[in-house]
Amino acid sequence: MEQADKIKKSFIVKGMHCGSCVYTVEKALKGVRGVTEAVTNLTTGKAVVTAFMPINDQILKTAVKNVGYDLINIKDQVSNIKNEEEKKKELDQLKRKVIISLFLGSLIVWGSFPGLSSTAPIILQNFFVQMILATVVQFWSGLDFYKASIPAFKHRLANMDTLVAIGTTMAYGYSVFITFFPNIVQKFGIESFAYFDVSTIIIGLILLGRYLEAKAKVKTSSAIKKLIGLQAKTARIIKGNKEIDIPIEQVQVGDVVRVRPGEKIPVDGIVLSGQSTIDESMVTGESIPVEKYKGDTVIGATMNRTGTFTYKATKVGKDTMLSQIIKLVEEAQGSKAPIQRLADVISSYFVPVVIMLAIATFVGWYIFGPMPSFLHAMLNMVAVLIIACPCAMGLATPTAIMVGTGKGAEHGILVKDAQALELANKINTIIFDKTGTLTKGKPTVTDIALDQRSKIKDQNELLQLAASLEKGSEHSLAEAIVKEAENRKLILNEVKKFKAIAGHGVEGEIKDYKVLLGNRKLMEKEKVDVSQSKGTIEKLEKEGKTVMIMSVNGNLSGFIAVADTVKESAKEAITALRRMNIASYMVTGDNERTAQAIAKQVGITQDHVLAEVLSQDKEKKVEELKRKGQLISFVGDGINDAPALAASDVGIAMGSGTDVAMEAAGVTLINKDLRSVATAIMLSKKTMRTIKLNLFWAFAYNIVLIPIAMMGKINPIFASAAMALSSISVVTNSLLLKKQKI
Amino acid sequence: MGVAAYKNMNIDKLIVLIVGVAGIIFTYWFFLRRKEQAVSAEGEIDIVVDGGYNPETIQVPFGKPTQINFTRKDSSSCLEEVVLGDFKIRKYLPLNETVTVSLTPKKKGTFQFSCGMGMFHGKLIIS
Repeated sequence: MEQADKIKKSFIVKGMHCGSCVYTVEKALKGVRGVTEAVTNLTTGKAVVTAFMPINDQILKTAVKNVGYDLINIKDQVSNIKNEEEKKKELDQLKRKVIISLFLGSLIVWGSFPGLSSTAPIILQNFFVQMILATVVQFWSGLDFYKASIPAFKHRLANMDTLVAIGTTMAYGYSVFITFFPNIVQKFGIESFAYFDVSTIIIGLILLGRYLEAKAKVKTSSAIKKLIGLQAKTARIIKGNKEIDIPIEQVQVGDVVRVRPGEKIPVDGIVLSGQSTIDESMVTGESIPVEKYKGDTVIGATMNRTGTFTYKATKVGKDTMLSQIIKLVEEAQGSKAPIQRLADVISSYFVPVVIMLAIATFVGWYIFGPMPSFLHAMLNMVAVLIIACPCAMGLATPTAIMVGTGKGAEHGILVKDAQALELANKINTIIFDKTGTLTKGKPTVTDIALDQRSKIKDQNELLQLAASLEKGSEHSLAEAIVKEAENRKLILNEVKKFKAIAGHGVEGEIKDYKVLLGNRKLMEKEKVDVSQSKGTIEKLEKEGKTVMIMSVNGNLSGFIAVADTVKESAKEAITALRRMNIASYMVTGDNERTAQAIAKQVGITQDHVLAEVLSQDKEKKVEELKRKGQLISFVGDGINDAPALAASDVGIAMGSGTDVAMEAAGVTLINKDLRSVATAIMLSKKTMRTIKLNLFWAFAYNIVLIPIAMMGKINPIFASAAMALSSISVVTNSLLLKKQKI
Repeated sequence: MGVAAYKNMNIDKLIVLIVGVAGIIFTYWFFLRRKEQAVSAEGEIDIVVDGGYNPETIQVPFGKPTQINFTRKDSSSCLEEVVLGDFKIRKYLPLNETVTVSLTPKKKGTFQFSCGMGMFHGKLIIS
């Protein structure tokens, strides 16, 4: 029966270089039974095959191969996380092998262990029966060891499978020999005793170790899976008068999306109408829900709480913030920490060296060991081969990096690569950019004061006059005043004869009053007496505020102080760093007085203020401190911070920053929380501690236990248990990082 | 004592000693004195992952976009991931499928790539 649904599949075609190749490939594909259409693109090198029934990829591949090209499956580009089903299948098979090998192994142990064997049925004591059971384990359960080591051997390479394969084959081979020719060994004074228990239990335990290790390893990449899982599946878009649900992949830039309470926001965009509270914690790590109004940006995969709103999609697919985060985390997990280099070098020599040591062990025990020397030599050699655990060394760093970067992402801390994560742990000096980093970057009204002689009745009236006057001005201070008036819901008046006096202020007429608003220079020019309020003005200025003076009809009325306010989290952030013995500096283009005032508020000491630094010179300040031997982290945002971010040892960009800043920075804080600077360094310290402990364990294990095994103090079965435990303990230790508080 | 040991040494022990030393020398020569031949990649190269990377050392031209196609034919879990640390790439390689890694080298030099556990290694020579 024919299926009504058509199946579409894309492939990569290799070897195409001209128009005729396209034709040939298409023809070959169309020739396959069931294919209704085949479109090949020379520029992208892709072929899209449409069929009315499922076709085995191999048939298509063969068809293309026959005409001289190669057809390749396109892998999922979004993420390289292992296919869940495939993994489950692999794990299930491994589990089956573990259970069967350990079961058969214990039967053999029962039948052969001195003291225990007398209780076993006679049949289990028979070497031939034991051999049959051991053969199943050796060549079915243990097949992977051979499958991995034989091709490697062909390329003159050896790995841990090689060690297990050699070790178990020796024990198994010797036992088979004993089974068939017991008399021969007896002639040499060796008791004819088979060691099938050794080969089977070793295989069982090592496979058990691998099974547990694989299960634990899955958890190391759980953070990224969680991020991928955040993605919404569908979006409700408005087309004309209709609202339709479409799959998220089909949403395009410019589409208008409606989001209702409790729904997930599908892609990034800008609010067009409506308002709501949005929980962005899953993406940015910011725990407090954010209010969104018209014109605000919303992030895909975050959760709408209360309101209904519509927004225009601005970023879709791989451009959304979530996709960028996933990409960044994946890249970080793929990078290598410098600390790993030594482990890499050692592991490339490790296995051959262990084989040499094992041979030496055999020779040593054969020549100098007690009788029966062959038996001691063989068992001790097997123990040396089995106890060696290069896996723990290989797993020590990457598993911790995976967990560390994933944990960071969960807290809104994106680490660019393993190198940045490693370096951040040594940072002893942090330079904060002032505007936009320590402060909110937007001036706001901080004080409104009336002069004692003023005829104005209250603060609101003063602000109303000031805001009415400033409405026409574009100065950032004016913006702060107008905004404050809006916040207080004041109605602004009409202004006549408005005039802006550059470098001084503004003037105009409101309801027959002549109103002036500006600095002291303006008041002096217009002969307004401010002498009695000098103290108040200076006090405000010392606090780093810009004071605007207002006069009405030539008489002083009051002051409005405007300042760039510090972020709530700033002081706490710097205190936390001080506790970690990290010095905080502040760099700004502001004058010394304003800079000192801000520094005082956030708790940065006087001599750590770098004032009047032009933005292009920030980089030089970083270099200067670096020359003094300090390890510097520069915290900033914005394009003009990029050189300073790049010049510092680990640049930390605040999330609102541009893509350029993110490129130059080693760490990006998408939660915009200054306290995360300390958290990021803490994360680095904890991750490095885990890596060091892992590496220490992995090295110490091998350095201590290999010689002990060479001395003949370790039973091969214990060796396999120790080796399995060793790699599991490294992965488990990395997983513990997840539970640590940062 | 050395002399006594020598006198006591039977013919079988002598054979084991000779074979053992030869085995150690062979192991050293076989695994550690291996010469690698660099294969140059012109825009694209196929690497078969089967008991290691074949070819193992590849030359990639500086600044040119290059595609490396990894096809894993080895079922051992050791090789299931390939890591190009300097290029921040960690890819899972499904068995018997081809995974393409695209990169444009921006630095010259020799860069290692390896399996997830760092047991198998390959080299990218950017020139």
